[in-house]
Amino acid sequence: MTIMIDTGNRIAAKAAVMAKPEVVAAYPITPQTTLVEAIAEYVARGEYKGEYICVESEHSAMSACIGASAAGSRTFTATSSQGLLLMHEMLHWAALARLPVVMCNVNRVVGPGWNIWVDENDSISQRDTGWIQFYCSSNQEIFDTVIHAFKLAEHEKVVLPVMVNLNAFILSHTSMPAEIPDQNVVDNYLEKYIPKWKLDIDNPTTFGNIIGPAHYYRVRRAMQDAQLNAKKLIPQIAKEWMKLSGYFHGDLLEYYKCDGAEYILLSMGAIGAESKIAIDELQKAGQKIGLARVRVIRPFPVEDIIKLGKQADLVVIDRNISVGLEGALFTEVKAALYGQSDAKATGFIAGLGGKDVTYKDIETMCMKSMKGKVKEQELYGMEE
Amino acid sequence: MALKDLPVDECLLQGNASCPGCPATIGLRLVLKALGKKTIMVVPACCTAVIESLYPYTSFDVPVMNIAFEAAAAGASGVEAALRQQGRTDITVVAWAGDGGTYDIGLQALSGALERGTNFIYICYNNQIYSNTGIQRSGATPFAAWTTTTVGGKTEFRKELGEIILAHHIPYAAQTCISYPEDLYNKIKKAMSIKGSKYVEILAPCPPGWRFSMDKTLEMGRLAVDTGAWSLWECENDVMTFNGKSKLLLEKKIERKPIEEWIKYQGRFSHLFKPELDEKRLQAIQEHIDHLWERYRKCYVKI
Repeated sequence: MTIMIDTGNRIAAKAAVMAKPEVVAAYPITPQTTLVEAIAEYVARGEYKGEYICVESEHSAMSACIGASAAGSRTFTATSSQGLLLMHEMLHWAALARLPVVMCNVNRVVGPGWNIWVDENDSISQRDTGWIQFYCSSNQEIFDTVIHAFKLAEHEKVVLPVMVNLNAFILSHTSMPAEIPDQNVVDNYLEKYIPKWKLDIDNPTTFGNIIGPAHYYRVRRAMQDAQLNAKKLIPQIAKEWMKLSGYFHGDLLEYYKCDGAEYILLSMGAIGAESKIAIDELQKAGQKIGLARVRVIRPFPVEDIIKLGKQADLVVIDRNISVGLEGALFTEVKAALYGQSDAKATGFIAGLGGKDVTYKDIETMCMKSMKGKVKEQELYGMEE
Repeated sequence: MALKDLPVDECLLQGNASCPGCPATIGLRLVLKALGKKTIMVVPACCTAVIESLYPYTSFDVPVMNIAFEAAAAGASGVEAALRQQGRTDITVVAWAGDGGTYDIGLQALSGALERGTNFIYICYNNQIYSNTGIQRSGATPFAAWTTTTVGGKTEFRKELGEIILAHHIPYAAQTCISYPEDLYNKIKKAMSIKGSKYVEILAPCPPGWRFSMDKTLEMGRLAVDTGAWSLWECENDVMTFNGKSKLLLEKKIERKPIEEWIKYQGRFSHLFKPELDEKRLQAIQEHIDHLWERYRKCYVKI
């Protein structure tokens, strides 16, 4: 074990290389660039021995990962914002083809105008592609989640691509210490990848040809089953890793000081980390509020949300907006509660366009909700 | 290799879903005879998705990965990289795409793969239209040709993709046509013997798309070459050679037939002949081809 003090991007690259993908295909985009640059350095030093394809677009990055994965290799890529959006077609393709590609996405604002700071509209708008989606809140969690992602994606009951999200700059470019296990720990945890299907000259099969409604329906149902399997496996995988590495960041959610709470805050990503400080402060002031940091939005932790709804009223912070409705997490939390709990859910949209969200802001939002001053969902911190 | 000596093994199986007289099927059959079973094919959206037939059946006896329209070359790059890591360098990776997927939507990925020197063969079967979607114009559609999106005839000349490919200076690029099976077979064989990026384009006259009788597919290909509307050539390590009749045309050992000899059989050009002769556009087509061949001569005839 070593301690690595470095940025989220470079720690993600370290994890990716230690997972030994046979093929990495990537295209640079701010603020993901230092991640792919770090992989290029591992290639230059001979520490990464796989193929590193410097493609000419993100669409091609995902297409190349699809090709490599279909040929039976473990694959990795990374992107952000516009790049993720350009990949959109191929995100569906990878998931429908049941290819366990692993990707880091550095959450960045979508243009226009050009803005490289954090918000989560990029990945939130990819919820329906069939990818499993994690959101990290520290560099240690980034390392561990990238390793988990391969384990989960390749699990025989899942076989779906996994996206590991890290917020732009707050995580991608901020140095924090992370414990890096020895290579043999990772090797033992991630067995050699044996594909469920592959392009094989000894068993020539045609993948993805024209398909009628009856068979297509089955393909979609199998994807749904796989996502639901992942929901059961994520806690198990996280616990297995804890035994090996000592680190645990939560199951589908990370609970923080929820015992006896009458209100529970739900947030994601870097706001999720900042929320812990807000909860500490609020509890010090006598408020009965805890935190459930949402780590996974696909599969969506419906059962866990219902459990929370039976205990407390919920306050949801979204760093995204589904324009014409509300924050996506808020919608999904309410959908989970429907008919299952009488808990009141109120929400905020905060930090769009990279606007800073401090623990003080989070305290303010929570207090406003707890005082009953929020009707449904509000935009927080917008300067008129 | 003479026609009678081509391998008898078929990797394109009987009973597929192509149209009668389909040139893509002729091309695939010949290409797969040359490639053999140690081949992985990557196919974007195109008529071949139909020829493959309906899941859970297939007409291919080699592994095929279908991929999105613009992604054939990138997908093949991934397959090739994976095979190299696995030590399977005995397998030929082939992207097989139509002209829409090559000239237009897939050009970026193709250019990227060629620039990276991806060790694969990219084959474009060019029927000069988006045929799978029902005959729309592509960058390969010739001037004045009717398509469902160029109802009065296309107003632009086709793109010279061959020259764009040559600008990548890949070790092997070639143009052929389904009407010349030996030429086609030999070019695929040569491409297989060379490491790096190879590009082969096959002219594929499409009966429903070009509006000619389904028993005239081969003839339409031959006339395209005779009139100079298409040419057979190969370029190995930047050395350009015209082949067969195209070589004779280049060296002026035979006369190029007037372009009308090719287009008069195709319903897609019928508006140039009736209700009255459109001399202006017919002349423009002929001049364009004359100019093309002058350029070929300037560039490729050794003095």
